[in-house]
Amino acid sequence: MALEPIAITGVGLASPNGLSLKEFRANLLTGKSGVRPWTIPIFGDTLAGICGFDPLRHQSKKELRRGTRAGSISVWCAHEALADAGIALEGLDRGRVGIYIGTTEHGNVETETEVLNLRQYGDDVRYWSHHHNPRTVANNPAGEVTLSLGITGPAYCMGGACAAGNLGLIQGVQMLQLGIVDCAIAGGVSESPRAFGIFASFHAQGALATHADPTKASRPFDRARNGIVVSEGGCLYTLERVSDAKRRGARILAIVSGYAVNSDAADFVLPDSDGQERCMRLALAHAGLEPGEIDVVNTHATSTPSGDVVECAAIRRVFASADKVLVNNTKSFIGHTMGAAGALELAGNIPGFEDGFVHPTINVDHLDPECEIPGLVLNTPRAAASQRRILNMSFGMLGINSAVIVERPSL
Amino acid sequence: MTRDEIVIAIKDIIQQIAPDEDLSSLDKGVRLRDQIELDSMDFLDIVMELRKLYGVQVPEADYKELATLEGCANYLESHLADKELHCASNA
Repeated sequence: MALEPIAITGVGLASPNGLSLKEFRANLLTGKSGVRPWTIPIFGDTLAGICGFDPLRHQSKKELRRGTRAGSISVWCAHEALADAGIALEGLDRGRVGIYIGTTEHGNVETETEVLNLRQYGDDVRYWSHHHNPRTVANNPAGEVTLSLGITGPAYCMGGACAAGNLGLIQGVQMLQLGIVDCAIAGGVSESPRAFGIFASFHAQGALATHADPTKASRPFDRARNGIVVSEGGCLYTLERVSDAKRRGARILAIVSGYAVNSDAADFVLPDSDGQERCMRLALAHAGLEPGEIDVVNTHATSTPSGDVVECAAIRRVFASADKVLVNNTKSFIGHTMGAAGALELAGNIPGFEDGFVHPTINVDHLDPECEIPGLVLNTPRAAASQRRILNMSFGMLGINSAVIVERPSL
Repeated sequence: MTRDEIVIAIKDIIQQIAPDEDLSSLDKGVRLRDQIELDSMDFLDIVMELRKLYGVQVPEADYKELATLEGCANYLESHLADKELHCASNA
């Protein structure tokens, strides 16, 4: 069965270093980090990437009070994506719009907040909020978007650890190709820096970044890397079938060429190079491409000592015969935006089809020899005028891997 | 608290729960839900705030007594007689 190609026609995003694709891209090309000091109850002082958007642009004060941070980020991204795509809700069949949002986790922030609140009242459960359940159900971020936009089509979240952003995008593509919806608002979000447990757990694992200069803390591939910077963020795309997008005269930013999701079946926490390699090869096969037809590989590397090495080994094997591929990393600017990572990092690279550059991996003062890959773009952007395709990878705990390939629309 | 202070206390709580609403012209005798956007979850918030701020436990069977500002003053007068007004907003 020939499946109709799917177009990305709009992007709404919240990144620690940019609140629109234009601003995000500009900061990726000029080396501006979004990582800053961050203090959180129980855990104390640490570092994080935090998004400074004004939620009241798209939400009332009451909606903000009722909802969650993940919901608020989702509402922001959905409104911004529709505006970017030039899609007006009036005249749209809102029952034919789907919302598919990947999340690493959801509910930690709200549960921790309630437990801390309960402490003030001697653990008397009569003081536990009736808002807790609607805030913590797994579909909360997508559900808040439906309430905000009056969208009555399918709307739900995909839990996929840190591979989740790509899962949202993939689900949107599939639902469009199946004819279930006519427009998908799809991607991933994260509210993780608001939960002390996320930091405490990475800290206990020896995987939380520290650095005297917050902007230097996220440093994939550098010898001195020492862990993850936990960040919040979101990126939702508007996806449409190419024929529909052309019919309405939409601007097409990219076309989704292929994708893959697989599992390592190896470990709760540790990544697996073989599983990652299989995922990349599956995505290439799904797109009908050879490794040499990819121009940019946007890595998942989170700045942990072991994880980056594992991923680099997989890339080296897959792209051994592709001497022109360029490799970069977006987390070096914004930290790890968890459930948003795949979608957001891909978005940061799509403008390369137009501006002809590949953004670098910053903060690499001394490249770890074990992370050395031909084509690594380090510290300054690389001119690459004829980029055709980007491969984005995102991996997560319990061994989930995801890969998405997009191509320039004029191919 | 006096009856007038009870009305101030309730309006203050509502202002926190429904921050987009203008409460300046609320009619004390008319159902709150007929004057501003308040749903059942908001109503539970009012009950929760009375519990947190003033230690008043309103049993579910009595929720209907809080439908109007006048009703709130009637119902809460005895419960709040020896309590002091806490205002979080300027309602």
